[in-house]
Amino acid sequence: MEKRQVGTDKVKRGMAEMQKGGVIMDVINAEQAKIAEAAGAVAVMALERVPSDIRKMGGVARMADPTIIEDVMGAVSVPVMAKCRIGHIAEARVLESMGVDFIDESEVLTPADEEFHLYKRDYNAPFVCGARDLGEASRRIGEGAAMIRTKGEPGTGNIVEAVRHMRTVQAQVKRLLSMSVDEVMTEARDLGAPFEVLMQIREAGRLPVVNFAAGGIATPADAALMMHLGADGVFVGSGIFKAENPEKFARAIVEATTYHDDYERIAHLSKGLGEAMKGLDVRTLKPEELMAPRGW
Amino acid sequence: MTTIGVLGMQGAIREHVHMLEALGADTLVVRSVDDLNRIDGLVLPGGESTAMRRLLDRYELLEPLRENTELPMFGTCAGLILLATEVEGYNAHLRKIPMTVKRNAFGRQVDSFEVDLAVKGIDDAVEAVFIRAPQVASVEANVDVLAEVEEAIVAVRYDKYMACSFHPELTDDLSMHRYFLDMVEATKRQLA
Repeated sequence: MEKRQVGTDKVKRGMAEMQKGGVIMDVINAEQAKIAEAAGAVAVMALERVPSDIRKMGGVARMADPTIIEDVMGAVSVPVMAKCRIGHIAEARVLESMGVDFIDESEVLTPADEEFHLYKRDYNAPFVCGARDLGEASRRIGEGAAMIRTKGEPGTGNIVEAVRHMRTVQAQVKRLLSMSVDEVMTEARDLGAPFEVLMQIREAGRLPVVNFAAGGIATPADAALMMHLGADGVFVGSGIFKAENPEKFARAIVEATTYHDDYERIAHLSKGLGEAMKGLDVRTLKPEELMAPRGW
Repeated sequence: MTTIGVLGMQGAIREHVHMLEALGADTLVVRSVDDLNRIDGLVLPGGESTAMRRLLDRYELLEPLRENTELPMFGTCAGLILLATEVEGYNAHLRKIPMTVKRNAFGRQVDSFEVDLAVKGIDDAVEAVFIRAPQVASVEANVDVLAEVEEAIVAVRYDKYMACSFHPELTDDLSMHRYFLDMVEATKRQLA
């Protein structure tokens, strides 16, 4: 290899590796991005609206206005991520052409394609995708996702779905590791997972890409819980800028993620933070209001 | 036995631990000042340098690391930024290697690349992965330049410190870590 090679698996997956142990925060303008960076966010997700506002607004949620994304890119030196709709090739290409550091093919936006996800190996920009179980995670990795995040239920401030999805993935990985090799093809059929990806997981003893938690993290203890359950890091969407004191909340969530097993420290940093975002009981949502079942 | 610490704030911690263990070293993930007394050398991993700096400040590791003059250190990517005496447009961090670094100097993530790289003191080409990587814009005369990509300095050695813009921890190539371990062991012998 004499020449520089861009867009390789190592370069894309490696980018996600550098985010490990960190917090990626949703922001809707340059000012919020600066607050996030100052609090120690490892990256920011530039959006037009945070998920809880997308819920309230209703209608079709699309890629953010490029002006917002550019403003955020100009305001901070940490990586900037942005969301495109599931299967929306043109939105993904637009984000790539703008030099966005990571693209989230996200169920938070209204899907553009209910059957096909993007073929993410075709792009130089790395992608992160949501998953509820190992089958879904493996399908996305098969398509070239360089990072996985468990879906949770975005914009609810309720951790229950994030916990369910992380526990499911971890349990299925453990099960796969305990299988003999002649059982893997049947497991691939049952999970709807590419056989080769399952073989890679067996070899590495874990997913071949990092797996963050997302969808419902609202407090420092929520972040610590997800790290305890095996997340490599966390995405916090509405949880920060819908809290009473975003600056304090952001700092506390970053520290709780780094020191997720130091409970005295978490007790200390959770004091006097003010109100967390209000939150929703997921069971009160109608099926069509759920975001996690979008994509397959 | 040689024990190498890996700074455990954030980033590619596990990968460095695996490589050092593959070379037969003991390892310790460093998260407090007390840990510094238990190690012979320290790796500053890749990650986000701004995020790491906030955590170093908050957990009172910045001053102890600045004042420590005995511990050999090896910084990769964000770690290289932490070791520089000057960072273009930002405050410097640990100020160990007299050089000026430029953050994200190769461009954004879509410009990140891998390449086989000649490194002074290592026989075979090193597998080098550059991710939103910094460059060394200038060095003082006594800093040893170990590698360049198209005339941009990407690896240096100075006194008991070494640093590179790329991520040896993302590959199976152990040569950079072996180089650092040799440095640590030489320093230990000198002190003994």
